[in-house]
Amino acid sequence: MEALIFYLFSALTLAAGLLILFSKNLIYGAFALFLAFLGVAALYVLAGADFLAVSQIMIYVGGILVLLIFGIMLTQKKEQSDDSTRHNRIEVPITRQLWGFLIGAGLFGLLVKVILTSDFKLAGDEMSSKSTIKTIGVELMTSHLLPFEIAAVLLLVALIGAAYLALNRNPTP
Amino acid sequence: MTVIPVQYYLIVAAALFCIGLAISVTKRHFIGMLLGIELMLNAVNINLVAFSRHDPERLSGQLFALFVIVVAAAEVTVALAIILRVYGRFKTVDPDKVSDLKQ
Repeated sequence: MEALIFYLFSALTLAAGLLILFSKNLIYGAFALFLAFLGVAALYVLAGADFLAVSQIMIYVGGILVLLIFGIMLTQKKEQSDDSTRHNRIEVPITRQLWGFLIGAGLFGLLVKVILTSDFKLAGDEMSSKSTIKTIGVELMTSHLLPFEIAAVLLLVALIGAAYLALNRNPTP
Repeated sequence: MTVIPVQYYLIVAAALFCIGLAISVTKRHFIGMLLGIELMLNAVNINLVAFSRHDPERLSGQLFALFVIVVAAAEVTVALAIILRVYGRFKTVDPDKVSDLKQ
């Protein structure tokens, strides 16, 4: 049963990724990315990371994806036409498609070969079915306190930097 | 409880990473490249979480994945701000056409 759900959500994630790769319209790609994020969150739940799955849905789907869709819509071309398939269209030249396929397939073959030939000696015991929130909270406030504070400062810097960059400082047409 | 071996997670993550790499190579659009980068970051997170299954006391992999999510959020905001500035200056989102630092 668990394996069946795993296969289902893996297939959903990979199909959504391929849909982004082959869709000509970028908005469709953004909505396929939504499906991919949901599939990844389900894989987190299957791996026993419940807090991380909820964070994934809240941060990626609620924050990053909305930002990306904003970005797509704010960078529309000026010449508007009534043809609804015309917007956000991206032409991919055939050489670049070939290179993308070659790089992707080559790296995938290499990674699968490495994964299948390696022999992982996993020493720790398996995860029990209890929630991970308590462990994550305790670890964040004790042994990972410095990265936690650095992440806070990084978010503040990114906020100020993004607001400063996006300000319309020279309104030349 | 868990019957799925860690190799399955690794293969799914490898496939997702390669799809993300192919997306960010082929798309001629800044935001398309960002979509590919987000997909690659998610694939790496799957690896971290899958290995963290065997570390229930410390959960180092899940904590690392949490920091990766934070850095991805910071990265995408700054990248979108830069993309909007570039679009305002060059009126294009094609990375091939943006080759000057100043116009």
